[in-house]
Amino acid sequence: MCLLQAQRQAQMKQLSALISVLLLIALLTGAAYAQEPVSDDEVNAIAKHLYCPVCENTPLDVCPTQACKDWRELIRQQLSQGWTEDQIMDYFVANYGIRVLAQPPARGFTALVWILPVAGLVGGGLFLWRLLRRWQDRRPPAESVAAGEGAAPPDIEPEVLARIEQEVESRF
Amino acid sequence: MINDLGFITLVLSVLASLYAICAALRGRHDLASPWLSSARRAVVAAFLLMTLSTAAVVYGLVAGDFQVNYVYQTSSRSMSTLLKVTALWGGQEGSILFWTWLMSAFTAAVMVRKWSSDRPLMPWVIVVSVGTLLFFQGVSLFIANPFTRLWFLGQDVVHSVWQPAGTFPAVPRDGQGLNPLLRHPGMVGHPPTLYLGFVGFVIPYAFAMAALITGRAADDTWIRTTRRWTLIAWLFLSIGLILGGRWAYDVLGWGGYWGWDPVENASFMPWLTGTAFLHSAMIQEKRGMLKVWNMILIILTYSLILFGTFITRSGVISSVHSFARSAIGPAFFAFISVTFLASLFLLFERLGTLKSEHQMDSLLSREAIFLLQNLLFLGITFATFWGTIFPMISELVTGEKITVGPPFYNKVNGPLFAVLVLTMGVAPLFAWRKQSAARLGRALWLPFVIAVAIALGLLLTGIRNPAALFGYWLVAFVGLTTLWEFGRGVRARMRHGEGPVLALARLVGRNRRRYGGYVVHLGVVMIALGVVGTNFFQQETQGMLRPGESLHLGRYTMTYESLRQYTLEGGDRQVTEAQVSLYRDGEFLRKLHPNKDFFLSSGQPLSIPAVLSRPGEDVYVLLVGWEEVGPSGSTFKIYLNPLVNWIWLGGLTLMAGTLLAAWPGRQQAASWTTARRPAMGAAASE
Repeated sequence: MCLLQAQRQAQMKQLSALISVLLLIALLTGAAYAQEPVSDDEVNAIAKHLYCPVCENTPLDVCPTQACKDWRELIRQQLSQGWTEDQIMDYFVANYGIRVLAQPPARGFTALVWILPVAGLVGGGLFLWRLLRRWQDRRPPAESVAAGEGAAPPDIEPEVLARIEQEVESRF
Repeated sequence: MINDLGFITLVLSVLASLYAICAALRGRHDLASPWLSSARRAVVAAFLLMTLSTAAVVYGLVAGDFQVNYVYQTSSRSMSTLLKVTALWGGQEGSILFWTWLMSAFTAAVMVRKWSSDRPLMPWVIVVSVGTLLFFQGVSLFIANPFTRLWFLGQDVVHSVWQPAGTFPAVPRDGQGLNPLLRHPGMVGHPPTLYLGFVGFVIPYAFAMAALITGRAADDTWIRTTRRWTLIAWLFLSIGLILGGRWAYDVLGWGGYWGWDPVENASFMPWLTGTAFLHSAMIQEKRGMLKVWNMILIILTYSLILFGTFITRSGVISSVHSFARSAIGPAFFAFISVTFLASLFLLFERLGTLKSEHQMDSLLSREAIFLLQNLLFLGITFATFWGTIFPMISELVTGEKITVGPPFYNKVNGPLFAVLVLTMGVAPLFAWRKQSAARLGRALWLPFVIAVAIALGLLLTGIRNPAALFGYWLVAFVGLTTLWEFGRGVRARMRHGEGPVLALARLVGRNRRRYGGYVVHLGVVMIALGVVGTNFFQQETQGMLRPGESLHLGRYTMTYESLRQYTLEGGDRQVTEAQVSLYRDGEFLRKLHPNKDFFLSSGQPLSIPAVLSRPGEDVYVLLVGWEEVGPSGSTFKIYLNPLVNWIWLGGLTLMAGTLLAAWPGRQQAASWTTARRPAMGAAASE
């Protein structure tokens, strides 16, 4: 665990350094275009949809690590240069892989994550439906008549029926 | 010394468990056999020995026996005694030992409570439940041993329980201390309740397997006899989940309470199948149907409990490559596979004994809607399971790590939950066997209309999001139909001359199981209300302020006043605390003190929000950062969480309802004996 953390920290330091360089370049080239300052809320609105590329399951807008702070600065920089949200997302995917997306894209192998639950539900529903039909078909005709008779005769007051039902249930 | 004792009692406890299984198998054909009584005593002995063993670890943690590796890792001198005790479940080895101890307590309790009433099942209940216990004991003994000590071998430190030749004791001056994130009241209660829930579900599973093996699964004794165990397990699992949510809300500092994190999912999945089981067990009790299905549900619940422990304990979530780094992953994986396949095989073998006593009479009946509800629970479980393991599968297949985050679960599970809540509202109005559509319509039209009126009212106040409007409509409709059930019963009693209060008290008192269930439903409706509020209407803003400057969010204004720094816990905990004033519509409400702590020993930061809780919403203020030097400015983040308090309130209601339904009482005890008379007669004749 310790080893893992140390590795991760080292990894983050490298990333951090890399980002600093990128930031510097961005600053130098982008200074000319920089307009009015980008607010934290605008940065967070985009960071919210990205996941920290080093920590597990942590959205970028709330991640407290230094690396993530640098990434948020990077987003601020990109926004001030007029990048759109899609461009920024693409940039992060291109540099850190699709794991920065909160949900996998619905194409290629990762489409499976979407398809299977739906398929499972539809399959389960069909299975249930067929099961219900089979149970109903299997019921002998005599019993079905009895069941029909067992259903509420229309002239009993619903309140009374409810009370009977309740009493019957409370005895089981 | 005490540590040695702990280790020895653990070994003895393992031997007692082994003996109990062998003796139970030896005496399985003759229920009066002394072997069986001996097995029973061995189970109780295993529990007592585990208690001593666990106590030894707690003693080490409190006394600060830092030569013991586990104590060194999770305890430290500056921690309070309460925290030192909770360090028992603050790390891998302790957690597993604690799990094992609870498991031994539950098996011993079964031996005491159910010995005479369910003797025919006992040999196999012992084998299955103690088998599970033995697995955990084995993990504790061989893989995650909490009694391992540190020894110097020249320059190196080696881990061993006993002193290896040529070494001398390595006694650190202080321990590393508990992970700061775990130093919170929510974490004091969260793991034990969760584990109690986990362990509790092993008992109905053991009875189910025993019923299958002995061919007694057709009579529903196992369902009846474990009903209350199941409810209690479910209650603890629910409390554990809610406490976990509260802990996340108070400590993790991201303004939310549930993030569909794999670890959260791991404890949520057995809750889902367990809830499905609770419900469909009712069909079996009342109608003698779904016997196979209930077996599948309890097997799934058991396997998911092991799976949950597996993925939280093996580290397999962060990377599949950590799977083989410790023997814990492979051991769990093997155990889960073996028990799951063996259970299914057994079920398949005994399918013939599980004939349904009744058929489905109508698609418009409580049985049918229970089936639909089962499908939904399973659908949600499957989607959650798939979303949880998919990153691992992806890493294995394509080598690329991916994230499956909240948007996935919201999209897939959100609609399923909505339909599930809807069935929860209408199912109680469906009669068993057959329901006339006209009568159902008569019962439902008024709540439906009122709920629509509420949704329209909200539309007029400016809420435009259709999903949110539907959510509010749903909550109103289901809440009203559930209350309507109470109203119907009270009205019927009042017609016999009882006053409304007495009528309600008697109604609930005479049928606590049913109305306790409805109270739980009301709790779920409250939680749903909180979820709709926070999911659709959470607001946030962030900004850097100099003292005197303000942030605005909704009707609230927050003014930054000052920042101070101090240390706690012997200098280990550096606290940076801001003071801010909160106003609503310009009116002063309160001063708040969000702070950010840094733990020197673990190098870990901890953001502690300051929360102003109002009936309608929480204002949740976080100190994000500050300038160390220069013109001082601090960054704050504010969340507005509407209706979030309904979640905690709903949680309390849910607990109250479950207790109401599960509390032992005279009336229920009486109906118990009648219900079980045939089984007991069989036991007596043997």
